[in-house]
Amino acid sequence: MQAQTMKPKVRPATVIVGLILAGVLAWVLFLANGTAAEPAFSDPGEFLVTVLDGITLAGLLFVVASGFTLIFGLMRTVNMAHGSLFLVAAFLAIEVQQDMVGKTRSIVAEDVGLAEWFVPMLVGAAVAAVIGLIVYQLLLSWNQGQELRQALITVAVSVIIADQALERFGGLAKTMVWPGDVTHYFEIFGTRYATTRLFMLSIAIVVAIGLWIWLTKTRMGIVIRAGVDDQDMVRALGVRISIVFAVTFFVGAFLAGVGGAMGASFAGVSTGTDGAWLLNSLVVVIIGGLGSLRGAAAGALLFGMVQSLSPAYLPVQYNFYSIILTFALLAIVLVVRPYGLFGRPE
Amino acid sequence: MTNVLRRNWLFLLVVLVILTLPLYGSNYFIRAVMSRALILGLVASSLVFLSKFAGMVSLAQTLMYGVAGFMVGNAVADSGRGLLLGWDAWVGMYFALAITVVVALFFGAIASRSTGIYFLMLTLTYAVIGYYFFGQVTTFSGFGGISGITPPDVLNGPTRIYYAAAAVSILIYIFYRAIARTPFGLALQGVRDDPVRMTSLGFNVPMHRTLAFVLAGFIAGLAGVLNIWWKGQIDPQSITIARTIDVLVIAVIGGISSLEGAWLGALVFVLANNYLRVVPLIDKIGLTQDRFRTIVGILVLVIVVLSPEGLTGILQKAWAFVRRKTSGSVGEGPKQEAIDSG
Repeated sequence: MQAQTMKPKVRPATVIVGLILAGVLAWVLFLANGTAAEPAFSDPGEFLVTVLDGITLAGLLFVVASGFTLIFGLMRTVNMAHGSLFLVAAFLAIEVQQDMVGKTRSIVAEDVGLAEWFVPMLVGAAVAAVIGLIVYQLLLSWNQGQELRQALITVAVSVIIADQALERFGGLAKTMVWPGDVTHYFEIFGTRYATTRLFMLSIAIVVAIGLWIWLTKTRMGIVIRAGVDDQDMVRALGVRISIVFAVTFFVGAFLAGVGGAMGASFAGVSTGTDGAWLLNSLVVVIIGGLGSLRGAAAGALLFGMVQSLSPAYLPVQYNFYSIILTFALLAIVLVVRPYGLFGRPE
Repeated sequence: MTNVLRRNWLFLLVVLVILTLPLYGSNYFIRAVMSRALILGLVASSLVFLSKFAGMVSLAQTLMYGVAGFMVGNAVADSGRGLLLGWDAWVGMYFALAITVVVALFFGAIASRSTGIYFLMLTLTYAVIGYYFFGQVTTFSGFGGISGITPPDVLNGPTRIYYAAAAVSILIYIFYRAIARTPFGLALQGVRDDPVRMTSLGFNVPMHRTLAFVLAGFIAGLAGVLNIWWKGQIDPQSITIARTIDVLVIAVIGGISSLEGAWLGALVFVLANNYLRVVPLIDKIGLTQDRFRTIVGILVLVIVVLSPEGLTGILQKAWAFVRRKTSGSVGEGPKQEAIDSG
């Protein structure tokens, strides 16, 4: 959280943030009596579980937000339909899974093999990616650089997708089922913990490593990173950047779809989930800095931690104020770094 | 000079129509269509004001409108959910507006260093967090919302609320026109066009942005007060992300840098919402009343792709075209501003 100011002088805001962090840490470790979890010192198991919850949730947040930040980083396009792509992929993955298992209701984990989870996930994500690609080619490719206009176009797309999804899939909440092979429980200091959350985290790690290899070790990734820095120069060097843009949009939308299947298995989907996940992506990238994958990882981790720690360590009678802590996190980061932790001014 | 006269002539005509409408409009039309259009137009106009004068496209206007509504509910209601202060309706209004201004000041100050698309996303985040706040924090509302709110006696009745909404809308519109020429309005437009130069000229850029946000928040708050008086209840459903997008959509339909467009867009939006089912043959192409949002989405898409200046831009172009045809000379067509140069 240390701001890299040009002058060696420590800004007062940084000091205040440091004090707040120290206070939060002291509260969680020693003082949090009368909370759902009790101080970490007296109940380390609960603390560990809460932290693990935060990290695994951060995995899901990272997968969704990385697609969002990838698209923004290269093209400066804010894809307000990101949550809608998540929604479409989630609903489709659920339908495909039901078809593969052969039941529409009361599917249990034992019915679901690894294929019955990964195939629906890939189908959903592929459809989301194709929708994203069509939207990009048809509506966004010809007005590069007009940020607001592109944002408005994707808003309109999200309105249409949300309405069509309501008609096609109905307004009821649905869930996808994790594969039986990963649905186990183990004990941490006497608390049962579901391995599906670790499965979710491992998918996120695979995605993160894949993205890292793609962006640093392949030719296309190098072109993308060059494009983030100087689009015109890349174009002048003879790279067909329009293809790079299309591929990036495809991958970004695909990641929204992967997140959709994970989110559908983790918490279910219903109407309005698109808005919730657009918000999650926004919070992550605003904290981390738009366009930075490292930022998305840092933002996801911070946001995931706040989301899991705040209900556990707020005094019981003020539990419902946990939403304010999300906002406080956002405000604190923005006061110190207006463009996010890893963001750069335009 | 003729341009100014023509503008005012049109404005006066519209005011006349609005004021005399209850004489010949049906009760349903006044209550369900016009009042709602005026209130939504007022919220959308605060968005347009920020976008036009300060270059800030804010999605937090629905939240400000919601904050005012919830605060009226908390102050006035004496049974049900919320703080149950049981105050007089007018006191409730002042209380609600004061709280809205304080909240806007706080939010505006945090967002004042963010610009462009960053500001848009930050305000969207405010909006959604606000929704969850009023949903989860049962001290102020909870998901059930607050109901049974009556306006002050003077304004009790559908036509009276309509006149209140009309009067506030007209006054605020005149206020927008006037503020453009004040030192503050000019400085704001300077901040929009070149913040660096304004800073070196000694202007406090974040403060101007914050103050503009507070002003827009206050106006959205007025609309929120009118809305809860008109509707009698408010719940978090009225400030969801979908409602937030609705207000943006209204501004875009009307033309995102056109103040009168806000009300025009709201009217079109509400008319489409209410009368789509009576359009003949529209169900034959698979578009029913239930798919209202799809139609709105397509409309916005068409407008943003073809005419970023919205309906106002289309009307102005048509008007310029007619004048050119009739007078035979090139009319001084209204200057078109690009929606965003990026």
